[in-house]
Amino acid sequence: MINQLIFAYFAAVIVVSAVLVITRKNPVHSVMFMLLLFFHIAGVFVLLNAEFLAAVQLIVYAGAILILFLFVVILLSVERESQAARANRFWPWLAGFGLIIAGEIALLVLRGSFPGEGKMAVQVAGAGVRDLGVVLYSKFLVPFEISSVILLVGLIGAVMLAKKKTNE
Amino acid sequence: MTDDGYSLTSSIYGEKMSLTNATEKEIVQKEMTINMGPQHPATHGVLRLVVDLQGETVVGIDPRPGYLHRGIEKWMESRTYHQIIPITDRLEYITCMNNNLGWVVAVEKLAGIVVPERAQFIRMLMAELTRLSGHLVWLGTHALDIGAMTVCMYTLRERELILDLTETVTGARQTVSYVRIGGLRNDVPRDFLDKCREFTEIFPKKLEDYDTLIRQNRIWLKRTKGIGKFSAEDAINYGLTGATLRGSGVNYDLRKVEPYAAYDKVEFDVPLGTEGDVYARYIVRINEMRQSVRIIKQCLDMLPEGPIMTADPRYAVPDKATVMTNMEALAHQFVLMSKWVNMPKGEVYVATEAPKGELGFFIVSDGSGRPYRVKIRAPSFVHVGALPKMVTGHMVSDVIACIGTIDIVLGECDR
Amino acid sequence: MPDMQQIINFIITIGIPVVVLLSFILANAMYLQLMERKVLAHMQSRLGPMRTGWHGLLQPVADAVKFMFKEDIIPAKADKWVFSLAPLIFLVMAFGAFVAIPFGPDTVIFGRTVHLWVSNLNIGVLYIVALAGIGTYGVIMAGWASNNKYSLMGGFRSAAQMISYEIPMAFAIVTVALMAGSLNLTEIVQAQSQKWFIIVFPVGPVAFFLYLIAGVAETNRAPFDLPEAESELVAGYFTEYSGIRFGIFYMAEYMNMMIVSLLASIMFLGGWMPVQIFPKLLGGIPPISWINTALAAIPPTLWLLAKLYFFIFFYMWIRATLPRYRYDQLMTIAWKILLPISLGTLLVAAFMKQAGWM
Repeated sequence: MINQLIFAYFAAVIVVSAVLVITRKNPVHSVMFMLLLFFHIAGVFVLLNAEFLAAVQLIVYAGAILILFLFVVILLSVERESQAARANRFWPWLAGFGLIIAGEIALLVLRGSFPGEGKMAVQVAGAGVRDLGVVLYSKFLVPFEISSVILLVGLIGAVMLAKKKTNE
Repeated sequence: MTDDGYSLTSSIYGEKMSLTNATEKEIVQKEMTINMGPQHPATHGVLRLVVDLQGETVVGIDPRPGYLHRGIEKWMESRTYHQIIPITDRLEYITCMNNNLGWVVAVEKLAGIVVPERAQFIRMLMAELTRLSGHLVWLGTHALDIGAMTVCMYTLRERELILDLTETVTGARQTVSYVRIGGLRNDVPRDFLDKCREFTEIFPKKLEDYDTLIRQNRIWLKRTKGIGKFSAEDAINYGLTGATLRGSGVNYDLRKVEPYAAYDKVEFDVPLGTEGDVYARYIVRINEMRQSVRIIKQCLDMLPEGPIMTADPRYAVPDKATVMTNMEALAHQFVLMSKWVNMPKGEVYVATEAPKGELGFFIVSDGSGRPYRVKIRAPSFVHVGALPKMVTGHMVSDVIACIGTIDIVLGECDR
Repeated sequence: MPDMQQIINFIITIGIPVVVLLSFILANAMYLQLMERKVLAHMQSRLGPMRTGWHGLLQPVADAVKFMFKEDIIPAKADKWVFSLAPLIFLVMAFGAFVAIPFGPDTVIFGRTVHLWVSNLNIGVLYIVALAGIGTYGVIMAGWASNNKYSLMGGFRSAAQMISYEIPMAFAIVTVALMAGSLNLTEIVQAQSQKWFIIVFPVGPVAFFLYLIAGVAETNRAPFDLPEAESELVAGYFTEYSGIRFGIFYMAEYMNMMIVSLLASIMFLGGWMPVQIFPKLLGGIPPISWINTALAAIPPTLWLLAKLYFFIFFYMWIRATLPRYRYDQLMTIAWKILLPISLGTLLVAAFMKQAGWM
């Protein structure tokens, strides 16, 4: 009972803050709401007994990625960004995509289960750091390595872009 | 639209979003202008610097002195030569004795006054004590600016000893107004010489303490080496003087070049740097303190007996006891204090080696008891002018290090 | 309607620890400030606060009263919400981290077995690292919302510094986790019952050294106090803050110091384990064994607190001694020196663990 209430609270805040992230005109406020969002997602992880995931959620997303967002956003002129148009002429298309994705999610929820690996991932996440490590380095070794290569590519790309700019 | 990345972005978001493009380009080039001062913890008073930054790098710096302008030069025109002495205290308010001395030496040259030997030695002794106190304040604040806070407390503790000594002699701790045209206000008290000798024993040890606190410190070295570099040629061209100049290796010390007081009678070396950076100037000033102690010791040994006021009756202010008993002395004192005596017509420029650098007084005399015009060559003002060259290309933290190293006092800079 | 027993249990297991912890933290945050002033003063041949109470003992109270009654100024052009929220985020994250810290082994008080922690998280260390990461937001938000360029620069410096130093710090922590085989702080302490991690050669001392340096940087203390370098940025990110909000930043800084120090004691100095002199070599020989018995008789929590205050004293000592780094030098240290060393340490630790040498 209490768990469900807490979940309801988390879910509600997640939805509301997610909407606020895209509706706020001030980009810094958007980032603030995104922080709130991440916090509550971490909360949901804790409810699922996935403490490790919750911590990683905070360390990686909130502690590292979002901070970089904030860096960039602060550098923008907030006044100008606030006055910029909220949508352009493509908005009906984009809204359409959004609706399709929302429909897919709704379908999955109505079916009541997620197929295949997703379910297992949730189980493993709840099991603790040790098991997570074992699974990551045995069953999911190849995807794990591939993702790190992709990250490396991103890293090198970023360095290249930055280098180009200073040379100009 | 030179970059593929940009055109891709704009084709997705349409014309409206080309705004992002513009902003992005601006970010790369935009400078941030910050206003350092006039109220800022590290600008040593009320120096205002308009600093253009790219990230943390300084791309332009514009010193705007003048917030402490009190019109001292103009004010001097309405005072007699004697009354100007306390005004000079307000120039470089940390080392007032040297200002007094600079002014008085200039006036004495204008009038051709011969000052007795004992007075000269005491002047030199006091001037060196004050130089020590000025350098201690410099060391303390400089270190504090770079973040070594303990040094400041230690130097102020030793400065207290100097101020106590000054008080025993002059009755004042900072704004002493001790030197008189033609001599001194009073002779040194009997116990002063012993106290002073004691001080010269203590002080060198303390000086080693401060030096070991920071000289070998890796952070200190990293913060000061290679920062604010000035080649010897540039330093001369920018009119730098004092330790700021000698840090670049130029051997120019007015105490040697054009000795005043009794500097030609004592032995001392002029410490020189080679690199011309903040660290070199630090070493020079530390060594200067050692030399000052050396001069003080010699003064104490060589101090001759004799009068402390010139024998020239025109300029000698009669001492208080005579004024109380002698009618002529009273009248003479009254004249001297109210309108001074008529000085020779002419112009004179005399520079002395103040702790900050060359402190020069240019006096134009119209023959009355008041100067027609006085121009003060304030080392601080000239040094502020060197700041842009020193700092540009370095980082914000180095601005602070450079303000410390040129050793400015705004009272003198703005006048 | 929950029954009475449940409520009482709740109060005893959650309520009392939280209240005790809160008062402990607050008292410490107040008095550490006095301690810092006193320590610095005596190192600089001064006396420090002497007027309020005996040797300034009431100074923190006076300061608190002053903070509370000073006008709370919000600059006209500031972003009001973010400006007010920033110190709270900073404070809450500092408070929150204490929840996971064990102050001693289970103790029997009034016939009840009491845990000396509020929550014994399985991922205790990660939790604290995560909260420390969020604390950075408080700083950036304060810097941005003040609408002051000095604040902004302070905020940027701080964010860059905290993100950079989090990495070597995290690697040092991971090294410890590897040695202990757990992320749980209690288990980390128990793993050191034979040998403290600081003397596990060669990784222990290196990791400790890394953690110590990164910890100083994380808490924005000298010589890494660039975000609030007063001679450069006036007061850095909290330049525009006044009154109680300023007080909050001030207090949270000391709380962060406490957390970093507590973690250092727990991870490297054996937490609440007592100091023992040559326990294996000469531990049985009478004079030494008496001393060892006496040392072991001191309550474990006192040992932990002693180590905590030792570290805090160490931080103050550094502050009194060292000049401040420059921004680029700071970054160089983090990325070019500490990071490679920490990676190497982790590698060696993993190897030793696998080879069974540890």
